[in-house]
Amino acid sequence: MLRTIVSRLLQGIVVVFCLLLITFVLVRLMPGDPFSGEKAHSAHIIEKNKERFHLDKSYPEQFAVYLGLLMQGDMGDSPVKEQPVAKIIEHSFPASLILGIAGITIAIIIGIPAGILSALKKNSYIDYGTMIIAMAGISIPSFVIAPLLAGHIATRVPFLKVAGWGDPFDWILPALTLGLGTAAYLARITRGGMLEVLNQDYIRTAHAKGVHPAIVVTKHAIRGGIIPAVAYIGPAFAALITGSFIIETIFQVPGMGQHFVNATKDRDYFLLQGVVILFGSLIVFANLAADIALVMLNPRIRA
Amino acid sequence: MSNKTQSHDLSKGQSLWSDAWARLKKNKMAMASLIVLFVIGVLCFILPAFSIIADPNNQNLNSTFLDSNKNNWLGTDQSGRDLLARLLYGGQISLLVGIIATTVSVIIGLIYGSIAGYAGGKTDSLMMRIVDILYGLPFLVLVILFSLLISEHAKELTEHLVRLWPEQEVFIKKFINLVPLFIAIGALGWLTMARVARAQVLSLKKQEFVEAAVSLGLSHRQILMRHIMPNMLGPIIVYATLTVPGFVLTEATLSFLGLGVESPNSSWGILLSEGANYMETHPRLLIIPSITFSLTLLALNFLGDGLRDALDPKAAKD
Amino acid sequence: MHRAHLTHLLLGACALAMLGCKGEPPIDAYTEKKILILGNSTEPQGLDPQIVTGVIESNIIRALFEGLCVEHPSKQGVHLPGAAASWQANDDFTEWTFQLRKDGQWSDGTPLTAEDFLFSYQRILHPDFGAEYAGMLYYIQGAESYNKGEATDFSSVGISAPDPYTLKIKLKASIPFLPDLTKHYTWYPVPKHIILKHGTIDQRNTPWTEPENIVSNGPFVLKQWRLNDYIHAEKNANYWDKDTVKLKGIRFLPVSNQYTEARMFFNEQLHATYGLAPEMIEHASNHYKKYLRQETYLGTNFIRFNVTDPTLKELKVRQALALSIDSEAIITHILKGGQKPAYGIVPPTEDYHTPNAVSFDPIRAKQLLQEAGYGGSKKLRVTLLSTDREVSKRLSEAYQDMWKKHLDAEVSIEQREWKTYLSRMSELDYQLALGGWIGDYPDPTTFLDMWKTGDGNNRTGWSNKQYEALLATAEQTKDPEARLRILEQAEALFLSEMPIIPVYWYTTNYLLHTSVKGWHPLLLNNHPYKFVDLELSEAN
Repeated sequence: MLRTIVSRLLQGIVVVFCLLLITFVLVRLMPGDPFSGEKAHSAHIIEKNKERFHLDKSYPEQFAVYLGLLMQGDMGDSPVKEQPVAKIIEHSFPASLILGIAGITIAIIIGIPAGILSALKKNSYIDYGTMIIAMAGISIPSFVIAPLLAGHIATRVPFLKVAGWGDPFDWILPALTLGLGTAAYLARITRGGMLEVLNQDYIRTAHAKGVHPAIVVTKHAIRGGIIPAVAYIGPAFAALITGSFIIETIFQVPGMGQHFVNATKDRDYFLLQGVVILFGSLIVFANLAADIALVMLNPRIRA
Repeated sequence: MSNKTQSHDLSKGQSLWSDAWARLKKNKMAMASLIVLFVIGVLCFILPAFSIIADPNNQNLNSTFLDSNKNNWLGTDQSGRDLLARLLYGGQISLLVGIIATTVSVIIGLIYGSIAGYAGGKTDSLMMRIVDILYGLPFLVLVILFSLLISEHAKELTEHLVRLWPEQEVFIKKFINLVPLFIAIGALGWLTMARVARAQVLSLKKQEFVEAAVSLGLSHRQILMRHIMPNMLGPIIVYATLTVPGFVLTEATLSFLGLGVESPNSSWGILLSEGANYMETHPRLLIIPSITFSLTLLALNFLGDGLRDALDPKAAKD
Repeated sequence: MHRAHLTHLLLGACALAMLGCKGEPPIDAYTEKKILILGNSTEPQGLDPQIVTGVIESNIIRALFEGLCVEHPSKQGVHLPGAAASWQANDDFTEWTFQLRKDGQWSDGTPLTAEDFLFSYQRILHPDFGAEYAGMLYYIQGAESYNKGEATDFSSVGISAPDPYTLKIKLKASIPFLPDLTKHYTWYPVPKHIILKHGTIDQRNTPWTEPENIVSNGPFVLKQWRLNDYIHAEKNANYWDKDTVKLKGIRFLPVSNQYTEARMFFNEQLHATYGLAPEMIEHASNHYKKYLRQETYLGTNFIRFNVTDPTLKELKVRQALALSIDSEAIITHILKGGQKPAYGIVPPTEDYHTPNAVSFDPIRAKQLLQEAGYGGSKKLRVTLLSTDREVSKRLSEAYQDMWKKHLDAEVSIEQREWKTYLSRMSELDYQLALGGWIGDYPDPTTFLDMWKTGDGNNRTGWSNKQYEALLATAEQTKDPEARLRILEQAEALFLSEMPIIPVYWYTTNYLLHTSVKGWHPLLLNNHPYKFVDLELSEAN
């Protein structure tokens, strides 16, 4: 087991490196540069600024310089904001982490029990009803749910604000919006997985042996049934932390999701590279965690 | 021996599908969903051919935000365009995006993930690490780059196609602009499908029936295609039916970010993102597209569930 | 038993109370503490006056730093003393002398002298510093060549300090509006002693603007800078005019989504929004009139022509396209913000009479197009480059429809995201493109200089030597009145060749809480915070 984990971590480093390399080139292929603006600037000034960020050199040279910086623990400066990239990311990470954890918690709390319940009461009104509610997360886009919650719930409940990230109450609506989407997926996948398992022979054997149905479910069925859901949670968490642009914009959350969008739009190469490194590392860890959980749930899988 | 197995497979095939259809018919929710989807499909793809539906791009700045009236059954939008027309034409685009992108991503993801899971070991590792890399690439950058790449070549391609079918000029132009969207969306979607497929294969390949097939001397391809994949149909169908609305949502999000379907065309994504702006002032513009969107989505899901249940060979024992 | 009941009763009562009333609106707490909460669109690029380029940044920098002159809170065109106590110009407005106030100091007590101004101007003009807005100082003699690295000695630039409290500026043209220029942040002083502590004069991205390092000379100092969250400034105890300053602090929130901002305002979380979406303008106008501010804003929205394009080379085609745009309809049905249809590029003022070049005349438009050879089966086919900003989408769709209806033209919209849009415009890779320009200072040249050949902001391929000759003549004209007449001629020439279609003149629409006092309409929306006050009023 340990050897696998170490090997996966080493592979992870290679993954992040490749990711960085490809992103590095891709972002520079997009038209435009960090310095263009509505008010155009003189050519000599743009040249000067390009030099400052080594954008006048060839890609391999630029990459080498960047790697050198990374080795020293420096992520470079943002050409668009007058800040070091590391500082921008650092300031936004806490909010994203909280939002991500809260979001995935809500998703798990809503999604997995809903999926299990629906599977157990297959084709009954409970099944349909639960699934319709669980579907709320993906039948309405977050940019509709968020303003709805902000405009109609937050305005009526005293301790909730329509936007802002000041006190823990402010975490509720954003996390809810964020988690609902993932909850829907989890519910569906869990239901599918549970149904697969419930039809398996070993479950019938357990029933036939006279084991109490509740124990059949909790001890035998769920372990197998939630496997597809667990496989989904890993990358889902990474995506939550970094894909929360809409929620951050509508609820004014100082998180990281906005950097992915804004850095692309602003051509902030270095900020984008920085968050991609972070996202890549998160995925590596999240997948590793999910695979470990898979193994623990089903000893027959040895990755 | 091979003759016997062939005829055995044939009869097995027949009874599987007709069995499945019989089971599906019993599932009321699934049948209802099928009808709903059929109706929506007709409304979006066939009805607009009749002149009863207005031009969705015809603006009239003097009749903006009209409520439902005899000329505009669902009223008009912020530029005076008929909402019903925009809803139906928009549905065409959204459904196409969803279906095509899903088909592409499911096929690629299924094959890729199954091979990875079945092969195991170093091949599996390498394949999944490639998935990790692709997953980590910034999506928006890819969308922007794809759009640029396509639009550069689109002009020649459009001209060529228009020469071949001049009456379809509007349709061709619309379609060409959608291609980068399909590619970008499908290109991200297959990754999660691959992961799900791999997880399924990993769990299935250790089961006894696979060991049995191996000991019978069946080739890897035969095992994968005849034994493992049919058993994966359930979760894969569930995931695929989830993916269609997921991709429509992606299109909506891209529209919200200004990168989706181009003006002046509409899509459900555009209607939703524009409608969200009028939530407090003219909620009709949000409510109607939302209901249509959600209804389609729910129908797709219940149908998917029904299919899953119907196709599950073990369900025959119920 | 009884105690338990009592606790339950109390808890229940609290819950009911909480649900029942929302209590004092949160904004009132800030009003009482005299802290102004402002929506400020996006996270600023930075706070260094010599590096930033935007309006968002100027809103914050204006609180922290102060230029030679200060805007009057309500009267346009009046210059109040700022870092300078008085100033004089020579007859032809080419030489200006500023007497700095002797009690001027930085927020750490260090005296503010002419040396700081020399240092600041050298910094922004330094060839290695790469200040993007250095062009704002090009009116100064020798500034441009120093900035381009052609002249290496800063003493060749027309700025000098005969004594620590006198600043002499030599200009290369007659600039009667120099005091207006000094109100722009590119002309602000920066603290030499702090900047040199953290780097050299030409080094950028040093931490001197961090809250723990920064020192400024304006009514407020930077207290907190939480990235993408908020920026908090506190009253500067060492400000020379601190007795006038009533506010104790200002907080800037980078709210990028306009609807979120409006929601925050109505939920009592902001004193003022940065802007307002068109539908919200209408909504506010109908239901919350007391909060709605609709004020003229110095800027023009237009459509650019790529005059080098074969289809658009013909003047009649451009004119036809121009005359079929119904600006009134666009303003009434799409923008809804009280904007004015533009008939020229420079917004008219009392003194400057913009030539009347464009109006909505669809019949004449059709005629012109026919004269240009179109009509019947020969349709005009062009593309319109648009972007994903604000109302761009709706505008481009409306233009497309108008050109179809009035000219039977086939216009396809190419909507590209922001940077792609900018890049294609700069490369002249378009036929028609949406565009706009906000004035930097209240003089027509801010709208006219950009059309000179080779100017980065031209982006149309238009070039006219006569036009540039007129502008050069205006530069050397001493008499302000005569100067404006020449500029009008230049604009008339520009408009007669129609490299752009003027569509509308901007207004700024925003929501302002009734507790904010001393906040009056200004053309550049650059309200001096030292005159702003907060008062709880009953009529909220």
